[in-house]
Amino acid sequence: MRAIPYIVQKEFLQIFRHRIMLPLIFVMPVLQLLVLSFAADYEVDNLRLHINDLDRSQASRQLVGHFQASPHFTLTGNGAGGAGQIHRGEADLLLEIPLGFNRSLAKGNRAEVQVAADAINGVQAGLAQAYANAIVQSFSRQFSGPTRGLLSIETANWYNPGQDYQTFMVPGILVILVTLVGMFLSGMNIVKEKEIGTIEQINVSPIGKGAFIVGKLLPFWLIGMAELSIGLIAGRLVFGLPLAGSLAIIFVFAGLYLFVVLGFGLLISTFTETQQQAMFLAWFFLIIFILMSGLFTPIESMPPWAQALTKGNPVAYFVDVMRLVLLKGSGWQDVQPHFGVMAVYAGAVNTLAVLNYQKTN
Amino acid sequence: MQNSPQSPIIEASKLTKQFGAFTAVDAISFEVERGEIFGFLGANGAGKTTAMRMLTGLSRPTSGQARVAGIDVAAHPEKVKQRIGYMSQKFSLYEDLTVMENIRFYGGIYGLPRKQARQAGSQLIEQLGMEAFARKQVSGIPLGWRQKLSFSIALLHQPDVVFLDEPTGGVDPVTRRQFWEMIYQAAETGTTVFVTTHYMDEAEYCGRVSIMVDGQIAALDTPDRLKSEFQAANMHEVFLQLTRPKP
Ligand SMILES: Nc1ncnc2c1ncn2[C@@H]1O[C@H](COP(=O)(O)OP(=O)(O)OP(=O)(O)O)[C@@H](O)[C@H]1O
Ligand SMILES: [Mg+2]
Repeated sequence: MRAIPYIVQKEFLQIFRHRIMLPLIFVMPVLQLLVLSFAADYEVDNLRLHINDLDRSQASRQLVGHFQASPHFTLTGNGAGGAGQIHRGEADLLLEIPLGFNRSLAKGNRAEVQVAADAINGVQAGLAQAYANAIVQSFSRQFSGPTRGLLSIETANWYNPGQDYQTFMVPGILVILVTLVGMFLSGMNIVKEKEIGTIEQINVSPIGKGAFIVGKLLPFWLIGMAELSIGLIAGRLVFGLPLAGSLAIIFVFAGLYLFVVLGFGLLISTFTETQQQAMFLAWFFLIIFILMSGLFTPIESMPPWAQALTKGNPVAYFVDVMRLVLLKGSGWQDVQPHFGVMAVYAGAVNTLAVLNYQKTN
Repeated sequence: MQNSPQSPIIEASKLTKQFGAFTAVDAISFEVERGEIFGFLGANGAGKTTAMRMLTGLSRPTSGQARVAGIDVAAHPEKVKQRIGYMSQKFSLYEDLTVMENIRFYGGIYGLPRKQARQAGSQLIEQLGMEAFARKQVSGIPLGWRQKLSFSIALLHQPDVVFLDEPTGGVDPVTRRQFWEMIYQAAETGTTVFVTTHYMDEAEYCGRVSIMVDGQIAALDTPDRLKSEFQAANMHEVFLQLTRPKP
């Protein structure tokens, strides 16, 4: 136990001795946060809209007015022939308001409008429909009062109308960056000492395995926490990241989460002989963890087997906690299950790492 | 019985290591007395490093037993580790740390109190005459100096035995000479030195020498007796007679 401070000191000396490491650990992730978050902006403006208003009533004109007021749409034509326009690629979305629209609404009956999109660009088509739905929905509320939604429209659940897409993405991207830095720092560490040969010198000393692992983890843990803090500040300053819940929850969870990531890295380090092998293994898991974290693809839309897999994905838990706490304002109770899973994970991974690290072989 | 001064400091009996079907160390038995300088010779691949790794608790024997400082190595490897120093064939210092930082780190992991480690460190640097290098990164100092430093660090916690695996490989003759003076000093203070080398002039400096051939100990005695037994003028000839493939 007395040896731990010496190991921590040595690791810090080695990390920051190399001039490239400081910017690599702290500046690059912030740049990545900026680039990825700006790039992850899926908002599309000025979609070309063709409207065929068959009703030509007060209600229909109001609905058209709503569409014209939206920044997402530019009216490029009206009347019949919209389908042809879409076919020729001259319009992105066709809105058809049927005859009797006004009458149905006035009678308190359900009314329907038809929306058709050019689905060649799937993402854009989805967005166009989602925007249209949002507009129709708000029109419907205004027309008939909030309790009587006469135009019931389904909104895709991954898109939250009125919410800035960036604030939705930034917390998740932060998780990824903290994960990357933590995993690589720890994953490359012990295996590097194996390559150089210094691990023999450690193994022939009476130092305890637990103390050695803790001494190795602590510096990276501190760096990970610093990384998260910097990322949160950058997210706040640049993207106006909201803080609906308690920052304490985020940091306590991050602390636990980092033990999982670092333990995972160390485990990889104990299984491999060269940094190259460790790098491949780390990437293998990182790609799966990140792509299946619910950050880019909503977990709800994955097939059941994949959804089951995400239950074992630590990244998914942290992304969820970040969004819940930062955006939704969830409290300790709401994320209790997340804490439970993470604690078990941390215990298991680190126990495995200590067991698999053999001083004698 | 553990620390009785009469009992040998190293006892190997039928120590064996197999890698798959290949036997790297083949049932070797020998004893080393306290304060001895014991030379462990053998051609490349004879099994010296493998044997040494079993003696230091780094490698588990396939069969046979090793006792160091009276302790069964396989049963209590961590206990043995407190009592031994080791300088591996691979480089054992952190190149991106300074001389001082290396000393402090190794002092720390052997449980030396911080103050004692610092004192030992500056004393060591003074003894080695390395004042000019103290704040330099190890990567920037010459090999001979590094090896002397590694040796001193292996002695930092005052072990009963120190294992040196080819400590002078690639080092110039003058520095090799200085290195051997350090070995003698250590032996004078009662530390047993177990050393491998490929330099036959160094074999002459040892109290006793064992010569390994293909995992087995082909000869073990003082250099003088080996020379007369093999009617050789020097250890080089003894070595050649033992290791040269039989016609
Ligand atoms: N981990 C291992 N797995 C398989 N074979 C090994 C392993 N370690 C050593 N060997 C083999 O065992 C034999 C003895 O190796 P060892 O390193 O003990 O020789 P050595 O006498 O120290 O040689 P050198 O003088 O080159 O250092 C060699 O043939 C080597 O290839
Ligand atoms: Mg060797």
